[in-house]
Amino acid sequence: MIEGKNTSKDTLLRGNEKRYLKLSGLEPLVITPDSNFVNIGERTNVAGSKKFLRLIKEEKYDEALSVARDQVEGGAQILDVNMDDGLIEGKEAMVKFLNLIVAEPDIARIPIMIDSSKWEIIEAGLQVVQGKCVVNSISLKEGEEEFLTHAKKIKRYGAAVVVMAFDEVGQADNYERRIEIAKRSYDLLTQKAKLPPEDIILDLNIFPVGTGMEEHRRNAIDFIEATRWVKENLPHVNLSGGVSNVSFSFRGNDPVREAMHSVFLYHAIKAGMNMGIVNPALLDVYDNIPKDLLEHVEDVILDRRDDATERLLSFAETVVGTARESKTDLSWREKPLQDRITHALVKGIDEYIVEDVEAARENSSRTLDVIEGPLMTGMNVVGDLFGSGKMFLPQVVKSARVMKRAVAHLLPYIEEEKAKLNLSDSDGEQKKSGTGGAGKILLATVKGDVHDIGKNIVSVVLACNNYEIIDLGVMVPPEKIIETAKAENVDAIGLSGLITPSLDEMAFLAKEMERQGFVVPLLIGGATTSKAHTAVKIDPQYSKTVVHINDASRAVTVVGDLLKEETRQKYMADLKTEYDTFRKNFKKRGKRKEYLSIAEARENKYKINWENSEIFKPNKPGVQVIEDLELEKLVSFIDWTPFFRSWELHGKFPAILTDDVVGEQATSLFNDAKELLKKIIKDKLLTAKAVYGLFPANTINDDDIEVIAEKAGAKNVIFRTLRQQLSKYEGKPNFALADFIAPKETGIQDYIGCFCVTTGFGTDELASKFEKDYDQYNSILIKALSDRLAEAFAEYLHKQIRTEDWGYAPNEELSNDELIKESYKGIRPAPGYPACPDHLEKLTLWELLKVEERIGVKLTESLAMWPAASVSGYYFAHPEARYFGVGKITKDQVEDFAKRKEIGFEVAEKWLSPSIADE
Amino acid sequence: MSKIEEILSQKILILDGAMGTMLQEYKFTEEDFRGKRFADWPVSLKGNNDLLSITQPEAIAAIHRKYFDAGADIVETNTFSGTTIAMADYEMQDLVYELNYESARIAKEVAQEVTLENPEKPRFVAGAIGPTNKTASMSPEVNDPGFRAITFSELSAAYKEQAKALIDGGVDVLLVETVFDTLNAKAALFAIEELKEELAVDVPVMISGTITDASGRTLSGQTAEAFLISISHIPLLSVGFNCALGAKQLTPHLEVLAQKTDYGVSAYPNAGLPNAFGEYDQSPREMAEQIRDYLSRGLVNILGGCCGTTPKHIKAIAEIAKEYKPRQFRKNLSQTETE
Repeated sequence: MIEGKNTSKDTLLRGNEKRYLKLSGLEPLVITPDSNFVNIGERTNVAGSKKFLRLIKEEKYDEALSVARDQVEGGAQILDVNMDDGLIEGKEAMVKFLNLIVAEPDIARIPIMIDSSKWEIIEAGLQVVQGKCVVNSISLKEGEEEFLTHAKKIKRYGAAVVVMAFDEVGQADNYERRIEIAKRSYDLLTQKAKLPPEDIILDLNIFPVGTGMEEHRRNAIDFIEATRWVKENLPHVNLSGGVSNVSFSFRGNDPVREAMHSVFLYHAIKAGMNMGIVNPALLDVYDNIPKDLLEHVEDVILDRRDDATERLLSFAETVVGTARESKTDLSWREKPLQDRITHALVKGIDEYIVEDVEAARENSSRTLDVIEGPLMTGMNVVGDLFGSGKMFLPQVVKSARVMKRAVAHLLPYIEEEKAKLNLSDSDGEQKKSGTGGAGKILLATVKGDVHDIGKNIVSVVLACNNYEIIDLGVMVPPEKIIETAKAENVDAIGLSGLITPSLDEMAFLAKEMERQGFVVPLLIGGATTSKAHTAVKIDPQYSKTVVHINDASRAVTVVGDLLKEETRQKYMADLKTEYDTFRKNFKKRGKRKEYLSIAEARENKYKINWENSEIFKPNKPGVQVIEDLELEKLVSFIDWTPFFRSWELHGKFPAILTDDVVGEQATSLFNDAKELLKKIIKDKLLTAKAVYGLFPANTINDDDIEVIAEKAGAKNVIFRTLRQQLSKYEGKPNFALADFIAPKETGIQDYIGCFCVTTGFGTDELASKFEKDYDQYNSILIKALSDRLAEAFAEYLHKQIRTEDWGYAPNEELSNDELIKESYKGIRPAPGYPACPDHLEKLTLWELLKVEERIGVKLTESLAMWPAASVSGYYFAHPEARYFGVGKITKDQVEDFAKRKEIGFEVAEKWLSPSIADE
Repeated sequence: MSKIEEILSQKILILDGAMGTMLQEYKFTEEDFRGKRFADWPVSLKGNNDLLSITQPEAIAAIHRKYFDAGADIVETNTFSGTTIAMADYEMQDLVYELNYESARIAKEVAQEVTLENPEKPRFVAGAIGPTNKTASMSPEVNDPGFRAITFSELSAAYKEQAKALIDGGVDVLLVETVFDTLNAKAALFAIEELKEELAVDVPVMISGTITDASGRTLSGQTAEAFLISISHIPLLSVGFNCALGAKQLTPHLEVLAQKTDYGVSAYPNAGLPNAFGEYDQSPREMAEQIRDYLSRGLVNILGGCCGTTPKHIKAIAEIAKEYKPRQFRKNLSQTETE
């Protein structure tokens, strides 16, 4: 039997089976007629994303992977990967990136779309992915022979394929050409290449409308009609396209573009389009498009009037106008009351809310009805928009502010009515805030930790979703958490923390909850927490549910699933299994790492050639104090990127301000931040203080740095550093910070610096003032800004040290960008961070600089700094000094460390535990 | 339609059991493995079971015969490691063609003899194509997840060489088995398709994956359904699972295949899970009883055994299978055939 006959038989055999497009990553994706529109993630495309192109060019594959991960988490069902750019080696980049994706189960879950105009890149991609991919794309552009050769290869590799409506003559740009090429491609593929028709995805070319050119008028309607024809005449095929093209001529006017995309999709999906590339941020809900705008847009998309484009263009100007000057556009004030309240909540406008809820109150028999009715209706809209990725965190926090103000206005009336009606206390209590219907959540930053931005954000977001929040604040002792949880009968407990010792606190609390027979879910969050730590260290302590939540937007869904009657049992069971499996896999993985003994690691230390090194003696030795630095000096040193990250807006500053997805929100947030910053500077609302010192020092016994005391006769201070123990490739050293200071035996006198800066005095006062005014938004904003100022201060001071006080780089000229990239000479590592993960050395630092006595910054029992907006660390001046991560260390180093530090092994083990490798 | 496809639609076909387990009983020494021909081979050859097709052909033939006598319809060639990639450990890359050809020839000879004895029950040979000892979609280097020890092209070239020798040696079907990395299997399927085109022959293909542990996924991370979708682009005689798990543990994954595929479904589990000494000690009766569950639910078309199974296990399975009808598949076969 020959091959051709065999294949055709196979096609026939499956003839009457249900022919759906089936794709796979680690998991299946089957696209049936009942499936919703399949969204293809396209941010991992160098042609479409400048950010991704830059990451690939700079070989920042870790960050590039997180772009992919964001897409998957954001709901992409297929991941489009494209490396077509003149400046990169496309084939190499494709293979490398796909290989890395395959190693990430949370990304590799979904099928890959291998996107390239070059066959060799496509083929290289097909050779590294195990799942059933989609090739994007082939066409008849170069003739039938090449088309069929590629199609046969694709079949043999086991992939589906996007076929562009393109032939030897050119791209199909009207109805007839689209169906002509579609039919010809389909027939060739199914009859000659023997492709199953369900594996064919036709892209009939979406072109812009409203360009003013007569020949473009039918671009959208022809696409839609051709789609309908294909669906009816070419059995089993799928239809796809890049939607944003259609609105190309309205760039810069997002409201119009959003409406155009929605209208276009609405009609195209009805005609049979079932997948495509759509930017969810540029998509309005069809039903929400204002009627007049909808009419104008439909006129253009469906080519209903000769003057449709002109009419939309002039209408678009008014839409642009309102979008740009939304503050003065008060047309929404004309709408019915419920619409006004919803608008105020969605847009975060609090100017009129008191007026509106007052009007609602006058119309209601009970004040409580205002909260349960119009306000909750509005908040539900906010919740839905946020849940579907159409609103961003800063907006939601602003919505919450409006809600709180409204509730504050109503509260006295509710109290009054309650007194009159003599309602039972508990009932009134439960409902008076208008929230809490969904459940009661206790939130706390654990003992010894002072960081609460993330926790506050989670608190606001949950409150917006009708949960009652009991926020115990920061540095909350476990007894208090347990006691409150019992007294308030809460439905879940959420713990937050930023510094590593907080991880132990969380594990301790989990154990305590187990001992006291708790059954409610325990939520874990904060910058140092991780799924791995939660699974390995916390989950086993508590037999009920433990779940790690890495961002506020996920908190709502997780808590929802945990508390809803219909989902909770299954979800809890699933979580337990998930963490169990994760833990097992994690432990398996841990075992494969190899470690050197501490002695071997020391053998392989980083060796600086001290003979040839130039050592600078500090110009200003000894301890200096800055009492009150002008804040203005710090502004240019601010690194804004982490600021946006704390609001879950991801992207690099300043590009983030013009980002397609979050740009608008980022700009608005940035403006608010700048305004508040101005006020802080003008009214001197925060105080910037610092203490720092430069001292003679030498490394002794490999890993210790001996600092010669300031005054003669005083005791010398010794910093104990930790050394990397992970077994390295040949030639790579095992670093410790001590390697960057000259060993005593060289006879060379070296130096080290230490510092602590703060901009935190005044933060808490300001934040609580905002909170009293129901303004969580500004309360979180001020904390985030203080943190940035403290980091900026550290940067500012480091520069002053390099150029003046120590003066080893007197002539350096670096831009802020270069500072952020740390392109300066020397380093300033901070205890608790990767190069010196041990927090204990802060005690030594405090002793050496007398930090608390001199500037008032304290250490909590977990060695967090208070105020939170503080930074402390060391200065190393040697040009070869570099940042590194200590990574995991083994028991022998812990023992050695304890001995050197003259503390018990258990004490050392407790403090170093996050860094200790599992055996 | 080939003979084997025809029979598959009528009854449950029985595959043989473990070759390795049977060979252990011979307690072959290094000298036995070497034979005269490889007496001076520079590396140790003990453990190179595939080589026994050349140095101890009588033993291999005897084992095939035992499985046929136990009731097997199909025996697998002794070629689990017969690729240049796996043979590199013994520096025997150049012998790959001969190893496969000889193994196929021996098995085919036995099959023909047994068929002659009882023409009512034709016997077949499946050319076994193992996973090799390298993975195309996982990195062996923990610190470098982007690294790969082998490429798709290297794999498909090696598989092509093996498949060609097996076909030349006379196998009735090719069996790509113990698939723990789907990309390796795809390279094998790619090679087989190329070969079928070049030789203008049609040889049915069976594929059998391995669910490694209780996670319900292959070693390369795919669920049963994702695995199925990833390999269904090639016409297959059957798709199934073997190894790693016992019959009982395999049931839910077979269910997925039985529900989702239009191809035949095969299963050849281990004799239970290994005991504390790493041995498989499930009795034939126990295993067959667990397999009864597949049969009563109509999940399978081909049954056999993997690690730890013996002719006794196969006999027990074959006897039970007689009582049941095969899983219904390709419902529209008769309709479409007439088109």
